[in-house]
Amino acid sequence: MSVLTLLAAAPGGPADAPANTFTAPHVEYRALMPMLVVFGAAAAGILIEAFLPRTRRYWAQVGLSLAGVLVALGFVISNHGMAQTTAADAVSVDGVTLFLQGTILALAVLAILLVAERGTGTADLDAFAAQGASAPGSGGERAAEAAGLRSTEVFPLMLFSVGGMLLFPAANDLLTSFVALEVLSLPLYLLCGLARRRRLLSQEAAMKYFLLGAFSSAFFLYGVAMIYGYSGSVRFSDISAAISAAPHSDVLLLAGIALLAVGLLFKVGAVPFHAWTPDVYQGAPTPITGFMAAATKVSAFGALLRVAYVALPGMRWDWRPVLWGVAILTMLVGAVLAITQRDIKRMLAYSAILNAGYILLGVISTTSKGVSSTLFYLAAYGFATIGAFAVVTLVREGVPGRPGADGSRTPDEVGGEATDLSAWAGLGKRSPLLAACFTVFLLAFAGIPLTSGFTGKFALFTAAIDGGAWPLVIVGVIASAAAAFFYVRVIVLMYFSEPLAEGPVVVVPSMMTTVALGLTVIVTIALGVLPQMALDLADKAAYFVQ
Amino acid sequence: MQSFIWLVPGLPLFGAAVLLLGGKRTNAWGHLLGCLTALGSFAIGAGLFFTMLGKHGAERSMHQHLYSWVPVPGTGQNPFQADVAFQLDQLSMVFVLLITGVGSLIHIYSIGYMSHDKERRKFFSYLNLFLAAMLVLVLADNYLLLYVGWEGVGLASYLLIGFWQHKPSAAAAAKKAFIVNRVGDVGLSIAVMLMFVTFGSFSFGTVFGAARGATGGTLTAIGIMLLLAACGKSAQFPLQTWLGDAMEGPTPVSALIHAATMVTAGVYLIVRSHAIFDMSPTARLLVTIVGAITLLLGAIIGCAKDDIKKGLAGSTMSQIGYMILAAGLGPIGYAFAIMHLVTHGFFKAGLFLGAGSVMHGMNDEVDMRRYGGLRKYMPVTFGTFFLGYLAIIGCPPFSGYFSKDKIIEAAFSKGGTSGWILGGAALLGALITAFYMTRMVIMTFFGEKRWAQDAEGHEPHPHESPSNMVLPMLVLAVGSVGAGFLFNLNDAFVNWLEPVTGPRPEGKLPSGLNSTTLSAVILVAVAVGVGIAVLQYGTRKVPAVAPRGSIITVAARKDLYGDAFNEAALMRPGQYLTRTLVYTDNRGVDGAINGLAALVGGTSGRLRRLQNGFVRSYALSMFGGAAALVAAILFAKL
Repeated sequence: MSVLTLLAAAPGGPADAPANTFTAPHVEYRALMPMLVVFGAAAAGILIEAFLPRTRRYWAQVGLSLAGVLVALGFVISNHGMAQTTAADAVSVDGVTLFLQGTILALAVLAILLVAERGTGTADLDAFAAQGASAPGSGGERAAEAAGLRSTEVFPLMLFSVGGMLLFPAANDLLTSFVALEVLSLPLYLLCGLARRRRLLSQEAAMKYFLLGAFSSAFFLYGVAMIYGYSGSVRFSDISAAISAAPHSDVLLLAGIALLAVGLLFKVGAVPFHAWTPDVYQGAPTPITGFMAAATKVSAFGALLRVAYVALPGMRWDWRPVLWGVAILTMLVGAVLAITQRDIKRMLAYSAILNAGYILLGVISTTSKGVSSTLFYLAAYGFATIGAFAVVTLVREGVPGRPGADGSRTPDEVGGEATDLSAWAGLGKRSPLLAACFTVFLLAFAGIPLTSGFTGKFALFTAAIDGGAWPLVIVGVIASAAAAFFYVRVIVLMYFSEPLAEGPVVVVPSMMTTVALGLTVIVTIALGVLPQMALDLADKAAYFVQ
Repeated sequence: MQSFIWLVPGLPLFGAAVLLLGGKRTNAWGHLLGCLTALGSFAIGAGLFFTMLGKHGAERSMHQHLYSWVPVPGTGQNPFQADVAFQLDQLSMVFVLLITGVGSLIHIYSIGYMSHDKERRKFFSYLNLFLAAMLVLVLADNYLLLYVGWEGVGLASYLLIGFWQHKPSAAAAAKKAFIVNRVGDVGLSIAVMLMFVTFGSFSFGTVFGAARGATGGTLTAIGIMLLLAACGKSAQFPLQTWLGDAMEGPTPVSALIHAATMVTAGVYLIVRSHAIFDMSPTARLLVTIVGAITLLLGAIIGCAKDDIKKGLAGSTMSQIGYMILAAGLGPIGYAFAIMHLVTHGFFKAGLFLGAGSVMHGMNDEVDMRRYGGLRKYMPVTFGTFFLGYLAIIGCPPFSGYFSKDKIIEAAFSKGGTSGWILGGAALLGALITAFYMTRMVIMTFFGEKRWAQDAEGHEPHPHESPSNMVLPMLVLAVGSVGAGFLFNLNDAFVNWLEPVTGPRPEGKLPSGLNSTTLSAVILVAVAVGVGIAVLQYGTRKVPAVAPRGSIITVAARKDLYGDAFNEAALMRPGQYLTRTLVYTDNRGVDGAINGLAALVGGTSGRLRRLQNGFVRSYALSMFGGAAALVAAILFAKL
């Protein structure tokens, strides 16, 4: 933490203090506990990797990660109602922070369960390469597999990423924001490249994500520099004060805002900064894809909300039209391109882009209703997304056993995920329960009543209309209609098509995935049938501290 | 006690969820859980009833607000408020006790009746689902939640009629019931929309309060749409055709849904909405006309049927016609509509369970021409059936006498020509009821054996049913005997409902009639009906094959051409309309849509090419995007 506070304190530090003394800022540890616990657990995870024998690492890592995330969640809940900035105003803990941190941690629990899936003994469902460092197809890879190595380092990597995600929406100055962005991104780049199957695709995805992520970070940093140049501070409250003090806006500020937006919009996957999304979602190990699609989006939209509502409220007449354009493009491109996808993961990626467009509506409305509806939608969308990717992990290609020298065959094996849409034909007949779960998520994405998606969209669109953005709502509704086509097409495919003769096998997961899937289905339906409590919670959480 | 209201529909819903989600694992004890939730629901209902007895008048109404479903504050002048809230007043209380009481008995009966069915657990889950939906319907405190229950009841009914879906006839009957009901459902949804547009609310309180100030035209429109809804669910003219076919379902279903509970939902809806009907004489007149037509129609159909269950189905239509007629008569009739509904719930459920018991003993034979002389073999079934028979024909002092007599009296009290016509129809109905019920009893229990061998050449061996089937029949028989007398003691029932339906005016019979003479006339009519039936079926041999019969008999066997009427009036014009629309759609609309779809698809395909997998292209697109963003924000400012 000291590095963080140093970074945060340095540029905006007390100007009148003598240059050679450093006053330690006051730190409210209770407010920071969720992040401290998660980072602590991540550090402990590294020690486990280093010192524990290989055979015991898996359970130690799973236990530690779940415990860390749950304890952090406990702290978030116990901090409810808090409204303060701490660590020299680098971090603000308020309703929005706490709601989003709670959501991220809850999603992280589910994602850890999916990542921890190893199958039930009959089928090995580990989604991660035996040894990330071995080149695909090399002898080293075969040796690692034969030795039964496991990539248990995914757990601390995930925890670091979760820690970054917790900090990102809480960051109260641009540098902390940047640090959080990098802390959450770097482990994700690594995780994307660790898929067990189709490793080249996975590594390509990691490489693309890293390069483009670095590119976007550069834009972000350039934007930070310009805004600092304009206001003389990176702290949100100072920026806001500088804007309201100056009678005229200035090129430096406007360009800075645009470049800052590039970095944030890249993370949420908005058009035209979305190009990485389908490739990375497709290549990454599916549990990681689910985690990214859900939790990263929550975190990045949190940061976007804070920048827009705390640092730049005075500039809303400037950034709103730009976001209008981005939102329209995002919804249209997401909906149109999803229609022609043949791969289920790519289709879900475009669906993620489309949903980013919807959520932008809440940001644009600049009302407290807009904030609360964004919060609710992020939670609703996050759960449904993790659930949908959990289903994807269970539909596998069957690999027939190989005939041996004596005529006997080795037992049939479970292959990689059958992500081609044609393989999903007739899934409702093969595996009615799984198909029913997936149907629930698809209906939620399509915004059909009695699912969380309907409640969320309803809240978002109402807030947007209240904020005067009714043309956006019209585009949103048209995009929803187009989107319903490709969601319902999958349902039709699952229930009304004959299964392929050599179709996929649906594997039976261990308790881990079963619990995650069950919880996501329950939440998705509960938020559609009984949304009142969650809506009230989001309403109550829609406040910022300056 | 008030905070337990939600448990009344909650328990059966829980049962249905456990049994449906638990699947085969719950096969062993599923039927027991089904019965327990129904009984638990009844126990809570009884507890609430006693709580209610401890209070007085308007204070008796209890209310429980669970949550609001997607409230939309402040947009426009009508905030959209969809509450999940329950209201338990005297009217709902009657239904809660009837539904859970009769429902529990039928659950218990089904344990025995369905004991040979492999899917018994599923059957109980559907029964529980039905109970939950029906209870939501009668407990809702607003029309939107009522609509949820209404649709839920339709769904459960569909599932139960088609329970033996391996029989094509059952599958077709389920579909028919569902589709005919949809016609009524459209009426209810239009009525609900009209209410929201006119009054800005769904809640009973607001709607009824505002109804006094609304214009006659709107109220009449709402009233007619509510009547259409009632016609669908309660099998009233012209939507009565599904009820006969619905007898394809297992007999307990016919007893529970198509006699005692679901088909009374229409009566509930009209009595519940009395504030609207009170303000619209036109709508009320239509209600009485529909009721009168149906009560005659159903009775005539009942005369010609040889299938014991279909005969009872015709009788149900006819009896519900009485209730609808009474409800249409206004404050003078509301209490008796509900009272007849309750007494009918007892005796008709008892009659259906009796019919089921006979079928159980006769290898599932339903043709009454293949029965005969069964009273010696099934004494308890005969005894309970006979008590139900006495109740339905209105023989004093059995329960039907009290409720039906009052309805006929109220119809005559309407005054004027319409009073004479309605009263006359109701009186004629009583005569025909006595005829077809006597016919049924004679053909089933008296006379000589006409039993037929089944496909494998086995003679049926009629026997009394097991105790878990007999017990519910006995309980229902007690209701058939005593309920009417109890309800009428000191006008207990009328006084009970008064806070809901308003005070009941004293009826004024037309000159030349008084209560006593009218009662005597009705009894004579009943006696004539019984006499004709005895002459025709008791003294003559019943032929094993139905004779050709007169034109009326032939028509009645075909449900008085109800299907043909619907086909000509609704289906064929509908088909023409659809065909024309399809033609226009193919030529006009589709052209535009297909063009648009091709455009979207083409755009999608072209845009896809941008997604070429090269990082350099992606980076370029990001750079372009960033440049555009900067340009846009600067350009907008300068």
